[in-house]
Amino acid sequence: MTDKGWFADVDVRNPDAAGDAVRTGRADAPDDWPAVAVADGAASDEAEYYDRLRAATLAGTRAAVRERERADDQQLVHAVRAMADLSDAANEVAERAVEWAGSLFEDVEGGVEGARAVAGREPETPAEERAVALCRRAADLGDERERVREFVEAQAPAVAPNLSMLAGPVLAARLIALAGGLEELAKMPSGTVQVLGAEDALFAHLRGHAPSPKHGVIYTHEYVRGTHPDERGSASRALAGKLSIAARVDHYSGDRRPELRDELDERMERIRARDTE
Amino acid sequence: MTDLPEGVQRREFDGGDEVLATRGEPSYGEPVVDGWRRWEAHRSKFGATLELGLDTGLSGGDGVLYLGAANGTTVSHVADFAGPTYAVEFAPRPVRDLLDVAEARETLFPLLKDARKPETYAHVVESGLDAIVQDVATRGQADVALANRQFLADDGRLVAAIKARSEDVTEAPEAVFERVLDELRDGYEVLATERMEPFHDDHLAVVATPE
Repeated sequence: MTDKGWFADVDVRNPDAAGDAVRTGRADAPDDWPAVAVADGAASDEAEYYDRLRAATLAGTRAAVRERERADDQQLVHAVRAMADLSDAANEVAERAVEWAGSLFEDVEGGVEGARAVAGREPETPAEERAVALCRRAADLGDERERVREFVEAQAPAVAPNLSMLAGPVLAARLIALAGGLEELAKMPSGTVQVLGAEDALFAHLRGHAPSPKHGVIYTHEYVRGTHPDERGSASRALAGKLSIAARVDHYSGDRRPELRDELDERMERIRARDTE
Repeated sequence: MTDLPEGVQRREFDGGDEVLATRGEPSYGEPVVDGWRRWEAHRSKFGATLELGLDTGLSGGDGVLYLGAANGTTVSHVADFAGPTYAVEFAPRPVRDLLDVAEARETLFPLLKDARKPETYAHVVESGLDAIVQDVATRGQADVALANRQFLADDGRLVAAIKARSEDVTEAPEAVFERVLDELRDGYEVLATERMEPFHDDHLAVVATPE
């Protein structure tokens, strides 16, 4: 703890250094800082003091926001991984549960939705009790998956607004998770982003006995899946390029760039026009 | 009706009733007539406090510490008529918008800090301020006001919007307000209070001065 102002041990003309002092400093109590700063020679008068304070608080707070939001990307990584686990678990439990329920009740449909329908029934025998309870577990896992998905959909645009705008929040979160974080994704070459999630195919290719993969998880994007197979390589390359730029803007500046979407739409239109020629 | 601070006026927008307005750079898509920006009391607790006619003691050009600045909607109006304005907000997402509001103003200083921990910004925010404007939606709103009293001049003013639901969602608002006011009196003399309906439900506007 200290009784010094933010300007005491820093070059006040350097907004980044001064911003750091604003962001990380502390004091036991406030003081008449403008007067102290002028007396210390950190500013020639009150007006100059406020100019420097303004530059320092803008720079320091901008950096602090970026740092805090970076921590939020790790929450997103946990959530999107949990979403995948919940999906697998819900399907696996549902498969067993509806098979069991199907031997006890008429008209049991498959999957988590089938399990959900059985979960509402009144069991009459000990076997029915267990089968219905198991169906309820499967439905609960499915519900929890939806809640985690809602969290991802709300959180991804805050962590990575541009990437979420181009990829949709869930794909954006999956890319961040596969890279290990937004910073890691921002530092990747776009060719790596293009095949994220296709590591098995990529290593098979590198060992020399498979063609190079054209896409990883970005396959789920309409711009890849909805493009004619002959042009999918171009489409995924173009998409990965824009997603990389979006991730870099999100990580390094945090500005919103709606024009990225127009650029991507335009590029895709040209690629898709080829397969009709 | 008490006097508004200098720089705040009642103006007519679209031929409707006269509403509060300040002069400055438009910040969030609000209507502007002749350079005057509409200050909607339904969107701003401090705006509602002025609209309700409470004497806030602010006169224009004042030094202000704003706690709970959110995305800067209200702060943008305060900085229009006040002097040096320190805006404290804890959540990073709204602070991005607050930064844009601050970029467009000369003496608005945005801080990503926790209003419950004044020692993390006492090296930046000056002492002897004319007013603390408080709108924090956390438990312990009286504690926040008491912890930040050190920034106020002896004759300064606390202008707070107390949110009942932040303290206790089940208890009757009247009971919550009584308790918060009681706690406030540990360091403040309460000058005026007023319920904020119809502008904001279950909120109490409070004007107080250090004791």
